[in-house]
Amino acid sequence: MNAVVADAIVVGAGIVGAACADALAADGMRVMVLDSAFAGGGTTAAGMGHLVAMDDSEPQLALTSWSNRLWQERSRTLPPACEMDPCGTLWIAEDEGQIPAVEEKRARYAGHGIAAEAVDAAGLAKLEPNLRPGLAGALRVPGDSVLYPPAAARALLESALGRGAELREGVEVRAIGPKEVETSEGAFRAPVVVNAAGARAAALTAGLPIVPRKGHLVITDRYPGFCRHQIVELGYLASAHTMTSESVAFNVQPRATGQLLIGSSRELAGWDAAVNPRIVSRMLDRAVAFLPGLAGLSAIRTWTGFRPATPDKLPLIGRWNGVDGLWVAAGHEGLGITTSLGTARLLADLVAGRSPGIDPRPFDPNRAAAAAVA
Amino acid sequence: MTGADRVPIVVDGRPVEAEPGTTVAAALVNAGIAAFRTSVAGAPRGPLCAMGICHECRVTIDGAAHRRSCLVEVAPGMRVDTRG
Amino acid sequence: MAETLAADVAVVGGGPAGIAAAAVAAESGKRVLLLEEGTRPGGQIWRHRPGAAPPRARRWLERLARSGAVPLPDAAVFAVSGGFALFAETPSRPLVVAAKALVLATGARERFLPFPGWTLPNVIGIGGAQALLKSGADFAGRRVVIAGSGPLLLPVAASLAKAGARVALVAEQAPTASVFRFAAGLWRSPGLLADALAYRRAFAGTPYRFGTWAAEARGTDRVEEVVLTDGTRSWTEKCDFLCTGFGLVPATELARLLGCRLDGEAVAVDARQGTSVPGVYCAGEPAGIGGVEKALVEGQIAGCAAAGRAPGRRLLAAARRRMRYAAGIARAFAVRAELRALASPDTIVCRCEDVPLRALSGARSAREAKLHARAGMGPCQGRVCGPALRYLFGWESDTVRVPVSPVSIETLSAIGAAESHEEGR
Repeated sequence: MNAVVADAIVVGAGIVGAACADALAADGMRVMVLDSAFAGGGTTAAGMGHLVAMDDSEPQLALTSWSNRLWQERSRTLPPACEMDPCGTLWIAEDEGQIPAVEEKRARYAGHGIAAEAVDAAGLAKLEPNLRPGLAGALRVPGDSVLYPPAAARALLESALGRGAELREGVEVRAIGPKEVETSEGAFRAPVVVNAAGARAAALTAGLPIVPRKGHLVITDRYPGFCRHQIVELGYLASAHTMTSESVAFNVQPRATGQLLIGSSRELAGWDAAVNPRIVSRMLDRAVAFLPGLAGLSAIRTWTGFRPATPDKLPLIGRWNGVDGLWVAAGHEGLGITTSLGTARLLADLVAGRSPGIDPRPFDPNRAAAAAVA
Repeated sequence: MTGADRVPIVVDGRPVEAEPGTTVAAALVNAGIAAFRTSVAGAPRGPLCAMGICHECRVTIDGAAHRRSCLVEVAPGMRVDTRG
Repeated sequence: MAETLAADVAVVGGGPAGIAAAAVAAESGKRVLLLEEGTRPGGQIWRHRPGAAPPRARRWLERLARSGAVPLPDAAVFAVSGGFALFAETPSRPLVVAAKALVLATGARERFLPFPGWTLPNVIGIGGAQALLKSGADFAGRRVVIAGSGPLLLPVAASLAKAGARVALVAEQAPTASVFRFAAGLWRSPGLLADALAYRRAFAGTPYRFGTWAAEARGTDRVEEVVLTDGTRSWTEKCDFLCTGFGLVPATELARLLGCRLDGEAVAVDARQGTSVPGVYCAGEPAGIGGVEKALVEGQIAGCAAAGRAPGRRLLAAARRRMRYAAGIARAFAVRAELRALASPDTIVCRCEDVPLRALSGARSAREAKLHARAGMGPCQGRVCGPALRYLFGWESDTVRVPVSPVSIETLSAIGAAESHEEGR
């Protein structure tokens, strides 16, 4: 009883857990992955699957751009079910007042080697004819992609399983501590335990500064060709940045099926998964303001999801509390899909004691405590 | 019903006469049309439930896609397209 | 943008149950709105073209008209919130109805089970054939095979025969013994027995077999023939149309959205048709499949209760009898195990998304099947494949969410108008 079951246990078979399992297995570790339901069924299934370079902060830009490069490398071996599409992102400037922000963003991306070009009003209308006339322009980032997250999580897990990892689904995890995971099927022990439980991470390891940040999405019937890029308003970052109150920001994605995925919203609502009519209404109205043709399209489904949010918008990646045997890879807010690969590489580097592929300090899980002391 | 009472509609570019008060689905069935649309994998499909549940009877009506033909009554001049 | 109306009682669904509930509630002096998705009240069983309502329907429609209840046709309810606010899509603006009490009379839909070839054009539902007939389809001279299950087979076979169709065969999958036991139990309802015999006479020239089902539909771009079997021998019948369907499934989406408790597949109700949510009543098929008589009785009870009156003892006794009849239907026409094995790995299970049976291997829930195989992701929102998944694998359907049927983005946005009507959450 309480025998060591693996070299590493990863709790959470969402996109981050799956990526971590694959990276640790690639390092030759025997990995066991535990999930209370089924792979890719949690927050991973609720999000948009936008692989995006995001510049809310330098570390975020570093992590997302590194991860995007890793996704590019991976794209050749991803199965078709992942629906990876290099459609790129258009960051929309609603009016002339936002044009300087377009240039600033372009320069920041350039500083990280990310190709981006400013597009004027006429160019924007050509790229996306369904956008309303009168928009000032946009920043086009051709290197961004979209994919279908549940399939991607599964693909990463399949890769891990191919390297000898084991997946146990339907296991209710109750607590994650140093070298030990308490579950409905008893305690599992391993020298390395990784909490990749996303929005639920803080319920399983006390003290993790992660809270659920609810979002809504609406998906339409099939309208192939309605738009060709992931289209996001520049104001999206302002919405993602504020931790209090509720906010909506225009964000639309064309899916491989021709369906349109419409977002986005943020609110702190605990674990109430019910669709909030007021927020859906605001979100849809905002979307129609940018894409008037959306108004008449058929909406098939609405759902909610919980982003795992941290106070400084950066994930927690690394050893927790300086304690041996307990690692965290969680708190990715709305960037879990994108940064799963970078997170996994960084975690694997830290676990192996290698020089990490990216500066790990901004993602140090203990940084809040360290800052308080400093 | 005399011929004068019939409702003229256009189906896939061809004129069809329908009885007033009939649904577009019924009009298509009466015109001998079995395939109202193509499935996502390319197979021909027609109505199953005929009461708005299954969505298999979807056609484009007057330019609007994904209309359930079993729920729409024919109107003069209506343009129906099964080739969506 | 949305039009707002207020009522004491809002009734959703204009079939027999809804019509009865609306009429009775309005006769009690309440302001009643009756929302019906179709062009005019009638629902499915009383669906009719203008001026062509069946006699019984006509009497109830006249009573509805006299009662003062306001019918709102072409209003498809796609959302509801506590308190209550109903949101409906109409041909013009979205409609918001604020009401103190709700009667859900949302009817039922057919249970379809997949078998090879079932997605061929001209394979239609048994209720589907009835709906097409009633909305003007002409089956005269067409060769029709009906193969499925349940009391619906008889009236539909009769209607098709009267409409001039050549009904080649009516095949009921339930064993002969079950059907006869059920028929024998009809001595308590001589009216129903007489109806059944009249229906049978209407297609007297057609074989009516029990313990027989369709194993495969064949054809190139539409059905041309069907393979039938009784478990031992198989044979082929040519047909222009194959009607399939295995009983009815209650339509409970709005009830579930409101948080009403279910009893099996139906909404759980007390003797006054009250659900587990105060102020929400449910009548007719969604409270248990049982036909027109049950719908009328329960509709009247729900109308009384929603209007704050006590339903009469005779009505309550009639309702109890109807429930027993409903239970008898479920027992007699249970789908036999052999039908689980009909679908082959290539047989489409989710029609909206063309998901074959083999894509579902490895899934352990409806939700997993949806996320990883797309089953249930299409516009029917799992209404067709859901009962099939339940039958084949025992999976419960995933959570119901707004909109309960697809609506335009513009219309969906109208749900934000609820705020002024809510008394606080």
